[in-house]
Amino acid sequence: MEFLGIGVLTWITFVPIIGMAAVLMVPKGNDAAIKWIPAVATFLQLVLAAMIYLNFNKGMTGINSLEGMQFVEKARWIDVEGVSWFGRIQIEYFMGVDGLSVTMVLLTALISFIAVFASWNIDKALKGYMAMLLLLDTGMMGVFVALDFFLFYVFWEVMLLPMYFLIGIWGGPRREYAAIKFFLYTLLGSVLILLAMIALYFSVTIPDAVTGERIHTFNMLAMMDPANYEPGSLLAGVGTYWRYLAYIALFIGFAIKVPIFPFHTWLPDAHVEAPTAISVILAGVLLKMGTYGLLRVSYPMFPEIAQAYAVPLAVVAFINIVYGALCAMAQQDFKKLIAYSSISHMGVVLLGMSAMNSQGMVGAVFQMFNHGTITAMLFLIVGVIYDRSHTRDLDAFGGLAVTMPKYTGVMTVAFFAALGLPGLSGFISEAFSFLGAFQTHRYITIASTLGIVLTAAYMLWTLQRVFLGSPNEKWAGLPDINGRELFTLVPLAVIVLVLGVYPSLAIDLMTASLNNLVDIVAGGSALAMAP
Amino acid sequence: MTQDTILLLAVVVLLLPLLSFTLLIFFSKRIPRQGDWLATSILFVTLFLSIAILWGKLLAYHSDVLQTTFTWVDFGHVPGIGPLKLDLGIMVDNLAAVMLVAVAIVSALVHLFSIGYMRGDVRYGRYFAYLGIFSFSMLGIVLTNNFWLMYVFWELVGLSSYLLIGHWFEKKSASDAAKKAFIVNRIGDIGMFTGIMILFATFQTFSFDAIFGAIQGGTLPMGSETWLTTAGILIFCGAIGKSAQFPLHVWLPDAMEGPTPVSALIHAATMVAAGVYLIARTFAMMTAEALMVITYVGAITAFISATIAIAQNDIKKVLAYSTVSQLGYMVMGLGVGAFTAGFFHLTTHAMFKAGLFLGSGSVIHAMHHALERHGDHHTDPQDIRNMGGLRKKMPVTFWTFLMYTLAISGIPLTSGFLSKDEILAGSLAFHELTGHSLIPIIGFFVAGLTAFYMFRLVILVFLGDHKESSRSESIHESPATMTIPLVLFAILSFFAFFSPNPFGAADGWFFEAIQRPVSVVPAGVAAAGAEMFEEALHHSHTTAMILSLTMAGIGILLAFATYYWKKINADAIAGNVKPLHTFLVNKWYFDELYDVTAVKGTLVVTKVFRWFDNTIIDGLVNGAASWTRAITLGTRKNWEEGNLSAVFYMGVAGVVSSYVAWLTGSSLWSAETGVLQGAWYVVVGLGMGGLTFFLFYAGVGGFDNRIVDGVVNLVAYLAGFFGLLTRRIQTGKVQTYIAFVLLGVMIFFLWFQ
Repeated sequence: MEFLGIGVLTWITFVPIIGMAAVLMVPKGNDAAIKWIPAVATFLQLVLAAMIYLNFNKGMTGINSLEGMQFVEKARWIDVEGVSWFGRIQIEYFMGVDGLSVTMVLLTALISFIAVFASWNIDKALKGYMAMLLLLDTGMMGVFVALDFFLFYVFWEVMLLPMYFLIGIWGGPRREYAAIKFFLYTLLGSVLILLAMIALYFSVTIPDAVTGERIHTFNMLAMMDPANYEPGSLLAGVGTYWRYLAYIALFIGFAIKVPIFPFHTWLPDAHVEAPTAISVILAGVLLKMGTYGLLRVSYPMFPEIAQAYAVPLAVVAFINIVYGALCAMAQQDFKKLIAYSSISHMGVVLLGMSAMNSQGMVGAVFQMFNHGTITAMLFLIVGVIYDRSHTRDLDAFGGLAVTMPKYTGVMTVAFFAALGLPGLSGFISEAFSFLGAFQTHRYITIASTLGIVLTAAYMLWTLQRVFLGSPNEKWAGLPDINGRELFTLVPLAVIVLVLGVYPSLAIDLMTASLNNLVDIVAGGSALAMAP
Repeated sequence: MTQDTILLLAVVVLLLPLLSFTLLIFFSKRIPRQGDWLATSILFVTLFLSIAILWGKLLAYHSDVLQTTFTWVDFGHVPGIGPLKLDLGIMVDNLAAVMLVAVAIVSALVHLFSIGYMRGDVRYGRYFAYLGIFSFSMLGIVLTNNFWLMYVFWELVGLSSYLLIGHWFEKKSASDAAKKAFIVNRIGDIGMFTGIMILFATFQTFSFDAIFGAIQGGTLPMGSETWLTTAGILIFCGAIGKSAQFPLHVWLPDAMEGPTPVSALIHAATMVAAGVYLIARTFAMMTAEALMVITYVGAITAFISATIAIAQNDIKKVLAYSTVSQLGYMVMGLGVGAFTAGFFHLTTHAMFKAGLFLGSGSVIHAMHHALERHGDHHTDPQDIRNMGGLRKKMPVTFWTFLMYTLAISGIPLTSGFLSKDEILAGSLAFHELTGHSLIPIIGFFVAGLTAFYMFRLVILVFLGDHKESSRSESIHESPATMTIPLVLFAILSFFAFFSPNPFGAADGWFFEAIQRPVSVVPAGVAAAGAEMFEEALHHSHTTAMILSLTMAGIGILLAFATYYWKKINADAIAGNVKPLHTFLVNKWYFDELYDVTAVKGTLVVTKVFRWFDNTIIDGLVNGAASWTRAITLGTRKNWEEGNLSAVFYMGVAGVVSSYVAWLTGSSLWSAETGVLQGAWYVVVGLGMGGLTFFLFYAGVGGFDNRIVDGVVNLVAYLAGFFGLLTRRIQTGKVQTYIAFVLLGVMIFFLWFQ
């Protein structure tokens, strides 16, 4: 699919950059234009995402086969010949979408669009804010469509800076601490990913299309084929020390993004300080980068190690689920509570991934999408109340159900979706993750079901503290949710409801690719067991 | 009617209440009377269609199971399994058809009753909307043909229960009760979900038929009979939660915070019976051991709650514990193998218990208005000690209430007599087959207790004189919307609806329609078969009838002797056994026990984890940051002071320690290295590297200086933490980090090359 001779993935990735350029050219003071340009840019992105959804071929397997990828764009990007000891460096502009990434592309477009409207009442340096938001959007979209590791890494880093500034400049009182913490943490992760990436680069060769000589490559698909590893190179072989090291480096790199216990403490700080729209993006999209990276990079490139670390991953998932839920229960700050609930819910993604079977993987990837929509709603909900009252103390409210009935209605959908009520999308992905994981890790999964009760407990307790009880005199005059806020929340609520009843709309997109991924990982374990 | 018509009607019946919910939740403010007539008429249509389904089913397809399924999720070609599709669907068998009518009757009549009872409520329209979603979810449980939808509707019923208990959420006690109900139910639900996981892991389907068929074919869940028993007990955990069985019964009495018609519909007749229905649905896969657990849980529940009911003074609390007790009966009935009797009791109990609650609603309604007219805001309108003599003021309520009480006490000519008698006979048969004598003992004892506390209630509320004679003038019979349902329920508590013979239900249409399903579990672990059970039952029938009538008679006599003729002084007896009485008044202290252990325990753990997160983990993070800082600052200081040897040592330390790390890790490694070993070697390698670095740094670079410097730096760092951070941003430190990363990239390139 092309427009003006340029592929749809390039468009969807760089439309926000065009918007950013436009925003920067708007003369200062023209706030309306500064707000509407990003709105239009992200809307175009959403339209493109919808076209990708409609033209997506559900039967194609993706992951490790070029033929299975869709909307592929592949071109030589950087090609430096013969820099003395470096040899030839070839980096490709290689993008494509498969069942693993398509839901993430949809999610990114949706959340970015909503985030623009959630940013409507930013008054400090609006122009810079919108420019950063759009740059961030490009970075996120790029990560999900890139199939060249170098390109992937570039987009990965592109996300980092705007996020740093968005928290550090537009954040709350402790924004500097939160921003630098986020930055250093993520940077540490990036360095580890970089290390593994370079090791992979020097281990993998493919024949050059023109000359036929074997050259190093950043092509992710090539890195998934054991035949491409040069004998004797660093990461050649099966289950070697170096391969374990590289896997662990990648794992920590991605784990920081998820975030996985004990690398999670940047998250509550970042969320508490970030403005609403940024929290929405952070929880809605950025956290998925970690699990996406594990599925896109670690699993297919190191299948035997992924298989070997399935049990430790399940244990980590259990800790995330239960520890996150218990920490959430102890919070006084509404936003911090939601942040810890994210940790708990991302644990479900990890649990599904650790299952190494299709049911679990489908659950995990679907949970990534659902967590994106549900947690985005939760942060928007906190934003609504914070804008009005300037406090997030859970005990400061009470009885809002009487003063703000419409708001309470939307909130109820989000809260019950978060606690996994059947009929709403979160339940299905959680249930599939558990059903899949149970077949692989019996007792860890049973232990993890404790999280289901704890989640219900802290969600309902929060609901009771903030919304039920007799109305607090202090907040008697709070206006109910307004049209713009409803506009950001209702589409998400509708998606949560529709996918909760008929999840095939999303699941059908991913099954072919995830079955392939499961096959690859299972093949890896067969390799490891071979003498 | 063809099969397709019946199934189509079933779908319509399922969706109509959902339509009612959708219309009312969005538009109730814009519909006249907030849509109460709309919701009520929709439910009456549902009722008529349900009756049509039952009629059609019993006449035309008496022993068929009508099903329809559709593919809900298609996993494609799953590695290791092959094509995997999840099919969901609905089924109409006799069990479902009977339950459908029972639910629809209670729901429709409760809708009608609510028009009078809830008049003028703050959220009148919302209330009817919630009744709609409840009816939808309950009918879903009845109609599903698979575990998945069972679980889905199971939780949705929990949601509607939450919303309705918390209807008056301004009251803290109401929102507390709603929360408690949901969470306690969830505890049972995760048991049920785990049971479903066990079944799914082996069978890769949720369909009842497919799973039971596979078990019958010799495939056991996860390959063993133990897991089959475990799965059965875990599925039963769902029933423990929803049907308020011991030890999760604590939510139901609190649920009485909801409006009284809700108590009648949800917490007496339908939702709490869902657990019993679930056991009936999965009866075929229960092993003898699982049934034994079910039997004892039911018996213990029946006993505990009957003893508590004696000592309660709140009219709804008495009825709540009576409900728990009767649910225990039903569960016990199914457990002992009296399948039809257990389910029969569910049906009859649904009618008379819904009636009892609506009757109590009528009483509370009248008391409430009388107290309001007198400007009395202190007297509790639900406390039976404040009532008395209502018989003359509220004749319809009294006579219907008496009918229900006779039914629940098991007096002949009522439906309750038929069903209770069958369960008790079943418990005797169970004793004969297995030798467990405790079960029938509890069964008959509880029958006596039930008659006692129910007649205590009737006497204190309706007979004698009113507590405050001045108030009794203001008490009036409730309006027709409320009394009509009462009369209808009273009629439905009559034996003739279920059996032509007032002394045995076995010849009636009900026992013909509902037959015990054939067990699919392997013969070695199955309970006694239907034929053996029937034979044992045959011996015990007359004994059971005589015993149960005797017990009921004793109970009623004692109640009259104590509360009407005052021959026995209840207070004196209570005083003599004070500890026991206090124990019963306080409901065996279950709430206190759970509060101290589960609730407080969890809260303490959450606080500990919060501390751990903020202090230890974040402390390590900040500590790592500060040590890095101390080292780099120290190095820079040396550099600036021209102390190049120290800088050189730092560099050497770095190189040497990396080498040691690599050497340690790789030398430990071998071809057989396992996963955990591997991870351990990595840790050991890194640890050795770190140790080397430390020794080098400390030893060669000058121990005192560095350590002392480090500590000083740490303190300074902590003191000026935020200031430094600000400055760091302003002086462009972020750019410096990125420059370092670029440098790192170049080094890596060189290294790996």
